Amino acid sequence: MRHIISLLMENEAGALSRVAGLFSARAYNIESLTVAPTEDATLSRMTIVTAGSEEVIEQITKQLNKLVDVIKVMDLTEGRHIERELMLVKVKATGAGREEMKRTADIFRGRIIDVTDATYTIELTGTGSKLDAFLEAIDPAFIIETVRTGASGIGRGERSLKA
Amino acid sequence: MEATGAEIVVRCLAEEGVEFVFGYPGGAVLNIYDEIFKQNKFKHVLVRHEQAAVHAADAYARATGRVGVALVTSGPGVTNAVTGIATAYMDSIPIVVVTGQVPTAAIGLDAFQEVDTVGITRPCVKHNFLVKDVKDLAVTMKKAFIIASTGRPGPVVVDVPKDVTAHLAEFEYPASVEMRSYNPVIKGHSGQLKRAVQMLLEAKRPMIYTGGGVVLGDASAQLAELTRLLGFPITNTLMGLGGYPATDRQNLGMPGMHGTYEANMAMQHCDVLLAIGARFDDRVIGNPAHFAREQRRIIHIDIDPSSISKRVRVDVPIVGDVQNVLADMLALLKQAKEKPDAAALNAWWTQIELWRSKNCLKYNNQSPIIKPQYVVEKLWEVTRGDAYITSDVGQHQMWAAQYYKFDQPRRWINSGGLGTMGVGLPYAMGVQLAFPEAQVACITGESSIQMNIQELSTCKQYRIPVKVVMLNNRYMGMVRQWQEFFYGSRYAESYMESLPDFVKLAESYGHIGMRIDKPADVEAALQEAFSPALKERMVFMDFQTDQTENVFPMVEGGKGLSEMILAEEL
Repeated sequence: MRHIISLLMENEAGALSRVAGLFSARAYNIESLTVAPTEDATLSRMTIVTAGSEEVIEQITKQLNKLVDVIKVMDLTEGRHIERELMLVKVKATGAGREEMKRTADIFRGRIIDVTDATYTIELTGTGSKLDAFLEAIDPAFIIETVRTGASGIGRGERSLKA
Repeated sequence: MEATGAEIVVRCLAEEGVEFVFGYPGGAVLNIYDEIFKQNKFKHVLVRHEQAAVHAADAYARATGRVGVALVTSGPGVTNAVTGIATAYMDSIPIVVVTGQVPTAAIGLDAFQEVDTVGITRPCVKHNFLVKDVKDLAVTMKKAFIIASTGRPGPVVVDVPKDVTAHLAEFEYPASVEMRSYNPVIKGHSGQLKRAVQMLLEAKRPMIYTGGGVVLGDASAQLAELTRLLGFPITNTLMGLGGYPATDRQNLGMPGMHGTYEANMAMQHCDVLLAIGARFDDRVIGNPAHFAREQRRIIHIDIDPSSISKRVRVDVPIVGDVQNVLADMLALLKQAKEKPDAAALNAWWTQIELWRSKNCLKYNNQSPIIKPQYVVEKLWEVTRGDAYITSDVGQHQMWAAQYYKFDQPRRWINSGGLGTMGVGLPYAMGVQLAFPEAQVACITGESSIQMNIQELSTCKQYRIPVKVVMLNNRYMGMVRQWQEFFYGSRYAESYMESLPDFVKLAESYGHIGMRIDKPADVEAALQEAFSPALKERMVFMDFQTDQTENVFPMVEGGKGLSEMILAEEL
């Protein structure tokens, strides 16, 4: 099962490597990992997308909690939550394809943020599957490059992760 | 008043009441050594290899319950120390290792004697720090001692670049440091405690299984009271030996791969298992699927939530400090109106005595060749069961665990988790320095002892009078045993040719060497070694033991606890 684990940790050098090292040392799988400081610059918030049996997810949560730098851990997928990912796609945009590409981007509520005679760079946010759907909707031959941030997540309503 | 980083390190150690620092100097730590030279608050013990420094600090911690301290230089000093750090980590031993580092400006430039210490040690420490600013040094040292010694204990590395040891800062040692991200749970959950007590009182075939957590958590007194009050059988793991007196009738001996028949059968067939500070290790329960075949309810007390339901699903998890949890459990039991089911318990004990009557640890002590088990039994008699015993890793370790009956905690010092050959001698040094008046014996083999044999020199320098009991079978015994059982007796590289004359070797370091060839001489040799006349001397005893003796009972890797091979079956 896919799980989104959210954690707050001390914003210190090496903190990221402790988490990444934990996953590799215990052979846990990381689908994506995002990290950045929060409104309190001494804290980092991380979103890890992983997959595993209930036992493995339980161990992952416990092992993360055990790290001395980690303040709080929450499995977002245990409750209602919102998940967003940002993708930038550079595509070929010439001739008839140029208008078609713009229309498809509009349908997915993408924004064109850079334009040349021959290319568009499209910014798209949404769940991972929406981004996947966009990539499937356009001709792969037009894709020059893609870059994705990996998912960030937050609990719905009052549910929150505070230090 | 302002102080240099080096002075701060030394003053922090003094503030922590450190008695011994085990170490080895080198370029990156010369400023610290200069400050050590100028002080008299603690004693520095110069080892002959950094691995031994960490092992000695680790043993000091195991025997005293206080934080052990080691000091090594950058680069190879650190890499040599890593085995010691990993050994302490696997057994949850509180140590602080201060490591020198190249100057901050040189970090990352492949400087002379540079390694990424924080990176190399990360997977085998509880936590580590790189101190980049001398102003953070005192607080970091305080944090290191707090983290090492609280919660589930473990090693902490503090990496200090050379320029930081020269920089000046205002020195004030904080009495405590708040860490918002670090708050180990101490008290057990009261609802869970009630459920656990209810389950214990309903048990028909109960079993208590305790590990290193009872020893580390200083909970032996509470454990003894609980066990006697309930009248349940108990088993102590390799790391938990001495947690409950071995000579007490309720103790069934050690469980696991080389555990007793009765302990393993009771573990397998109990209906309620109370696990305390133990982690259902592969060497203890064997194959988890086989273990799960029998229906039983499990209560698991541990300070580390990640130890619970890791290998075996438990019914009542209780996270907390073992001493606190047991005290709370005792209070609840004393208030309870119900009592344990006496009739069921009687029937259970009858079954257990039947298992016990197999006498699974018996061996042929009429042999004309010295049996290793006999040496350990005689050692127990000669020292009246009152010695500190360190061991190395292998067959001798198992015989020590099986035949030296530990009645007190912190007397059995061995590498249970990592299984590090070579720990025995440095372990004995750490223990003997902590308790100069105590009898300290290192039970070892001729293979293990050679992995840190250079420490005979440290023993000479500090007149550390440990007694080495070497069970010399001219084989890497445990490897030989597995090759005999599982590899068609093809003894690949497990034979020790070209052994030194250990008597002369010991004598060359100024110690007393003895070689014992006959069973009849075993007791006299031990008597002499532990006699008042040799109290101040290190004695190295080379017992020429049976080459083909095997450790029994044995649960093969991947097999279940009730599938033991017993000596008589071969």
